[in-house]
Amino acid sequence: MHTVVLTKGVPDFREGMVSFDEDGHLERGNTPTTMNPNDEHALRAALQTRVRHGGQVDVMSMGPPGYKDVLREAMESVYADDLYLISDKQFAAADTWATAITLATAIQHLGEPSLVFAGFKTADGETGHTGPQTCWGLDMPIITHVIALDVDPEAKRVRAKRLVEGDVSEIETVEAPLPAFIVADPEFEPSYRTARHRLERKRLRAEARERAGSFEDQLTMWDHEELNLDPDYVGLDGSPTIVSSVDPIPKAPSEREATVVDPEDADAMAGLVDELAPYAGGD
Amino acid sequence: MTDAVDVDAADAEHFEAVVVGAGPGGAAAAAVLANNGVETLVLERGVEAGSKNVSGGLIYAERSAPYTIDDLFPDFREEASERPVTRNYMDNIAGDRVHTVDLKDVHEHDTLWCDSVLRRPMDSWLADRVHELTAETGGGVLTGVRVNGLLREDGEIVGVTCDELDPIRADVVVAADGVNSELARAAGLMDWEEPNEWFQGVKAVVDVEPDVIADRFDVAEDEGVARLFGGDLFDGVRGGGFLYTNRDSLSIGTVFHLDSLAAERAEPHELLDNLLTHPHLGQWLPDEYSEREYSAKLVPDSKKVAHGSPFRDRLLLVGDAAGQMQAQGPIIKGMNHAVTAGGLAAEAYIEARSRNAPYSAGDLYADKLRDEGVMDKLRPTRYELSRRVSESDAVSGALDGLVRSSVGRLGLRAAGGLTGRVFNSPFALGMLPDTHTSYVTVPTVLAEELGEPATAENDATPPTLEERIGELTYDTDVGNPHIELVDESYEASGTAVTACPVSARDFGGGCYREETVRTDGSEERVVSLDTQPCVECGTCAIVADTEWTHPRGGKGVEFDQG
Ligand SMILES: Cc1cc2nc3c(=O)[nH]c(=O)nc-3n(C[C@H](O)[C@H](O)[C@H](O)COP(=O)(O)OP(=O)(O)OC[C@H]3O[C@@H](n4cnc5c(N)ncnc54)[C@H](O)[C@@H]3O)c2cc1C
Ligand code: SF4
Repeated sequence: MHTVVLTKGVPDFREGMVSFDEDGHLERGNTPTTMNPNDEHALRAALQTRVRHGGQVDVMSMGPPGYKDVLREAMESVYADDLYLISDKQFAAADTWATAITLATAIQHLGEPSLVFAGFKTADGETGHTGPQTCWGLDMPIITHVIALDVDPEAKRVRAKRLVEGDVSEIETVEAPLPAFIVADPEFEPSYRTARHRLERKRLRAEARERAGSFEDQLTMWDHEELNLDPDYVGLDGSPTIVSSVDPIPKAPSEREATVVDPEDADAMAGLVDELAPYAGGD
Repeated sequence: MTDAVDVDAADAEHFEAVVVGAGPGGAAAAAVLANNGVETLVLERGVEAGSKNVSGGLIYAERSAPYTIDDLFPDFREEASERPVTRNYMDNIAGDRVHTVDLKDVHEHDTLWCDSVLRRPMDSWLADRVHELTAETGGGVLTGVRVNGLLREDGEIVGVTCDELDPIRADVVVAADGVNSELARAAGLMDWEEPNEWFQGVKAVVDVEPDVIADRFDVAEDEGVARLFGGDLFDGVRGGGFLYTNRDSLSIGTVFHLDSLAAERAEPHELLDNLLTHPHLGQWLPDEYSEREYSAKLVPDSKKVAHGSPFRDRLLLVGDAAGQMQAQGPIIKGMNHAVTAGGLAAEAYIEARSRNAPYSAGDLYADKLRDEGVMDKLRPTRYELSRRVSESDAVSGALDGLVRSSVGRLGLRAAGGLTGRVFNSPFALGMLPDTHTSYVTVPTVLAEELGEPATAENDATPPTLEERIGELTYDTDVGNPHIELVDESYEASGTAVTACPVSARDFGGGCYREETVRTDGSEERVVSLDTQPCVECGTCAIVADTEWTHPRGGKGVEFDQG
């Protein structure tokens, strides 16, 4: 079984890592890049498939050369075999559409993988479009919001439990023929209930740790020429989306006044309700 | 507790051998099985092997033993142990007077070598080797997996069940799951009833620079010291203390008879502090006392509980699980016997299999324990004989009185060297009765009559219990306590308030607390339990009325030193 996982680097939004300029714009240069947290779930789903059915897992990302470290991180967590970085100045400032075209082309360059995994939304763009659009480019069935996965390689089918509308309270089971595109939900729970699966996972982990030491040996970089992509259809030029402006998130006032209200005091409580009423509409 | 599960065992995953527990017993069993090509799976509940384990600990390699740890793991001494122990003394203490006996003879008796160890580094090193060996057979070591019961088919044991995995069948199951073996209990081979069958060990690992150790103990890099302590510094509780040098730390602890600890309502951490703050220890402790870890664990007393036929169906018990922990007076030998038993259990299975009768391994194993002389070390006949007389209350009371009397004192003075020889004689130690006289009175009177005052000053201030708990690492299984209090009345479970090493009277932060509830005008003393700070020592499984299990895989306390 050959699977490909798509991952992306995002600014490290953790407290103390992220840096903003005076206007509240993200300073990418000063903010370290890390793997998009939601991709972790896609990696875990791919690993589970790998542990159960063997085969090869490749991880692919589109981005600047600095994303190599993201791929290394992915290699360690999914125990990936080969890493692909799609990197080219021509790809810069791509929107989800241009990104999807590029990724779909790159995936097709790998042959026909049985499963492609993507995470749900990126932490910086928050659109959740790249996965489905790439899938459209590949012309595969897609299953989104996947929380559990069962592959039958012989029958060439995949069965998945998914959250309907991303709602945790409603779960449905769907089936699709392989090859298929899987978007893992943050609720995805891998399951290793047999000792042999756990032993296999441990074996893969040990192997990947060794590989990760010299991960660049496993890394292939592709630019638009190698993928035979027309510069007009990728990057900024190939992006139909135009970002008109960015509104900074207003800073919270640094000083607040607190008034202590005794909950037993009916008058004071009534006053409080009046005071809060104007905000109740969500203003 | 999930004792036995009658599932559709036929569908279950199968390994030829399953070893439960990756302590010295499990490691030895797995190594011998794997060396003989047996497909072996080792299941360990800790996040890493050793993260749940505590020992004093001196590991002995005995000349007469069929297996030693370095037979099975050749680089053990270079890579997994702390220091060779080249000198061993017993310090008898009364007030600030100390009388020292050199334990050279008993220390070196039947000894090839003896090293101090810390269990986290030791066991995790062993587990890595075991994984390499067992992976060759198609098995391996899995951590974070707790076996919670026995898999049965038509009532017969055919494998194990786990919290984290589906049931597993095996042709042989080696239970090396330690002192509170849930498997031994589920098989009906051991019970957790009598406090007098157990000791409780409590220990502090203290930071000391190697050059300070060299200086204070007068040892080279490849030398180490063991000191044992007895006398009146433990508030009359039967037992003693120890101090062992590691590479850059000291292991200092106490081991008490659980029945005595319970009867005296003693607080284990306070008894440990009595030792740590005794003037005699001042000469060895660093200027700044800094404790790396506080830990505790029960220890079985092989003289009383070592099982003569430690097997049922395909299940073979080794090590502490079978009660194979020998207290040779103050010298404690558990790890070496666990290694031997693990080796013998594996050997028994391999032989049984080659005779086409794999399920007769248990019988063969019991034979081997007897024929190799292991059972006689664990339950010496001379102890059985002398104990009947010396441990009877009348005799022990009289003896105690005699030793304390002026006649007895005179005798001890005259026999000064001779009494020293009792502690230094493996033969005599095998007979030493488990009474107050041996543990407390003789050492005290010896020190009073023959001792010199301790000259050192000791200003060590050990951490409080609260601080000790605060320093430990826990991954609490929130909402899923591993111990349930069955009877919360003070009569049934009150002893745990004091005997639990992380609880204490008037301490709100521990596991067990005493409370008074008022109902209809009457007052009732009850105890409550919060397992969050539990160090999984097993004490309350014996002294309180509980449903006691280990936490799920990877959950609960995690020791760094052990
Ligand atoms: C304070 C103290 C001092 C001691 N001093 C010495 C000494 O100086 N010398 C000496 O030789 N001995 C000493 N001992 C005794 C010694 O530690 C034991 O005899 C020895 O560890 C027994 O080895 P074992 O392999 O049988 O069990 P353990 O070492 O206890 O190993 C049992 C293993 O099984 C695992 N386990 C338990 N239940 C499960 C389950 N349900 N599922 C999966 N895994 C499980 C545990 O996590 C553990 O890793 C001392 C003990 C104490 C407490
Ligand atoms: S609660 Fe029980 S097992 Fe836990 S530390 Fe206390 S006595 Fe030991």
